[in-house]
Amino acid sequence: MAEEEKEKAPKKEKIPRQKMPEQPPDVRRRNFEEVPYGYTPELAMKEAERCIQCKDPRCRQGCPVEIDIPGFIKFIKEGDFEGAIRKLWEKNALPAVCGRVCPQEVQCEGLCIVGKKDEPVAIGNLERFAADYQRLHGREVLPPKAEPTGKKVAVVGSGPSGLTVAGDLVLKGHDVTIFEALHAPGGVLVYGIPEFRLPKEIVFSECNYLKKLGVKIECSQVIGRSETVDELLENFDAVYLGVGAGLPVFLKIPGEHYIGVYSANEYLTRSNLMKAYDFPNYDTPLVRGKNVATFGGGNVAMDSARTALRMGAEHSYIIYRRSHAELPARAAEIHHAEEEGVEFLFLTNPVRFLGNDDGFLTGVECLKMELGEPDASGRRRPVPIPGSEFQVEIDTAIISIGSGANPLLTKSTPGLALNKWGYIIADPKTGKTMKPRVWAGGDIVTGAATVILAMGAGRMASNSIHDFLTMGW
Amino acid sequence: MFEIVERQELAQGTIISNWVKAPKIAQKAKPGQFVILRANEKGERIPLTMADTDPERGLINIIYMVVGKSTALFKTLQVGDSYLDVIGPLGQPTHLEKVGKVVCVGGGTGIAVLHPITRGLKQIGNHVISIIGARSKDLLILEDKMRAASDELFVCTDDGSYGHHGFVTDVLKKVLTDNKDIGLAVCIGPVPMMKFCSLMTKDFGVKTLVSLNPIMVDGTGMCGCCRVQVGGQMKFACVDGPEFDGHETDFEELTLRLRSYLPEEKIAYDQFKAQHGHKCSCGT
Repeated sequence: MAEEEKEKAPKKEKIPRQKMPEQPPDVRRRNFEEVPYGYTPELAMKEAERCIQCKDPRCRQGCPVEIDIPGFIKFIKEGDFEGAIRKLWEKNALPAVCGRVCPQEVQCEGLCIVGKKDEPVAIGNLERFAADYQRLHGREVLPPKAEPTGKKVAVVGSGPSGLTVAGDLVLKGHDVTIFEALHAPGGVLVYGIPEFRLPKEIVFSECNYLKKLGVKIECSQVIGRSETVDELLENFDAVYLGVGAGLPVFLKIPGEHYIGVYSANEYLTRSNLMKAYDFPNYDTPLVRGKNVATFGGGNVAMDSARTALRMGAEHSYIIYRRSHAELPARAAEIHHAEEEGVEFLFLTNPVRFLGNDDGFLTGVECLKMELGEPDASGRRRPVPIPGSEFQVEIDTAIISIGSGANPLLTKSTPGLALNKWGYIIADPKTGKTMKPRVWAGGDIVTGAATVILAMGAGRMASNSIHDFLTMGW
Repeated sequence: MFEIVERQELAQGTIISNWVKAPKIAQKAKPGQFVILRANEKGERIPLTMADTDPERGLINIIYMVVGKSTALFKTLQVGDSYLDVIGPLGQPTHLEKVGKVVCVGGGTGIAVLHPITRGLKQIGNHVISIIGARSKDLLILEDKMRAASDELFVCTDDGSYGHHGFVTDVLKKVLTDNKDIGLAVCIGPVPMMKFCSLMTKDFGVKTLVSLNPIMVDGTGMCGCCRVQVGGQMKFACVDGPEFDGHETDFEELTLRLRSYLPEEKIAYDQFKAQHGHKCSCGT
């Protein structure tokens, strides 16, 4: 055994982590096409070779939906791309989405053993490749479905957690209907994440996959208004609430009414869901700002600032009250934004918006900040520097400082317990709420988080719902 | 798909009435609530307060004025055609209560929104005095329905072609002076009309409801586009409204924000007119 290894070792050439080819920054900053092109089959197989097929894979522990990562990578290595997608689908109904938007660096790839000494295996890129290959070249393969149980489940919200619950439960033989408030399914994947990071065609394709499995998707159904949860409970055995956070947070500074001040939710919904970037071919307009400032430092702020560039902005600023080190966005997103020319104003806090007599935004007054002692979040608290006021000339402001809990559904649902911020209280292991036969997960439970965490919550809830439907608890 | 089963052109074709098949919404809707409609895949989401419902036939009634591309596109839809999406009922229903004597004031297409509220207020036993107005006789809508829903009805036209020559506020002042026992005013119409009615009712100390029409996108409180200042607080018309206390509403801010997309609206409308030929009688 030891001798064999010795013989093999010198022969094996070390393969570096394979990069995905991508659009050059100066080209892509003016178009809405996806930034990376994805692996070719050759690149994918080469990257797959880097996986050392650990017996007790750490990467898998880092995956909220427990994908058999070495398993699917082995299929890619062998060129069996259909085998790879089947392996992924066992645990994940949305691999093309996750391969693009998961923060792999703090999950699977963050735990990859190869990454101890070298760069980790590009698990996300490989997942994306397997899903894209299947969509573009694959024959129609569907995973096996259990016999119908006769049980009906309503899923409220078609974002990542709702789609996961639906995908899981339909495979287990339950009759699943998704209710979506907007006119297209996908939730934040459609209205929030821009085309250049997640093409909508991919979301619709993943939704179509669920439809082929037998999931019914009813759009334009605002649960809480069109129908209440109690009314759903009359027709369904169980209800899952995955409605997202869905309440914009404003800065609460003077001048937020000026024309040109948007919540990130509005700016991105207009651009993504309503395709305002293609106005007047599409009917919904969006101001094409020359000087745009996005307030906040998360992924949504990066998406907004990069969208503004693509809408023709000469300057797209990110105004953030802490420093580069505290930016909550993924490193890859920050890097892409910097490459494309987004200008960062760190340690800067807006005080008031300025406008003209016609009501249009003309600028923002800011204060310089310095970092003081760490606060409750462990990050150093920004403290204003007195007398440091200065003005930035802008015609568009995008407020991206987080979301709150939208009360539309929760207020119309007696029996749900809410925390003091209005989020639904649910068992973190099962997603069970205080209301019988009702489960919840994703941002409406945790507050704004990531796609994959919402999917992980959906997975736990679907297991619990399945237990309830088949065993009664 | 939501089929149009009846269609009428009112006010010389500048205002259109549609009865649309939407059984679930018709069952649920209450006076004061609105729907969001989209004509086709590329269309805007347009909020319109329902003018009436017929739950037995599963129909809702919307009445809109043709003011831009999206409403011009709606106008092209004939009986048998469909809206791609109709979403609702959205917003808070009007809080209908018996206060004794009420005055209902409507202007332009606001009369369509006012009508079911007027009828509701009368049904629960209020004495209803209504005042409706339009620029001219040709543009006045729903006079018969409003007469049937009211105990007394006054009509005004800006040009004097019918009824009182002047604004609804002239008549409102007289009605408030003659009826010291009025406990509630409901004023729905163009923003300046609601603003001046509210200023007047404030002088008389009469509680006043207005129905606001800011620009919206999702209609579920998710985007904040429809934010309005009411009593110094930010409210979302789509979920907190569309009705608010007229004495607390910042009409200046609403007026400004309604102008957000004037240049874009013109581009879209001009393009539409060039493509479809401009056959309407709006005078432009």
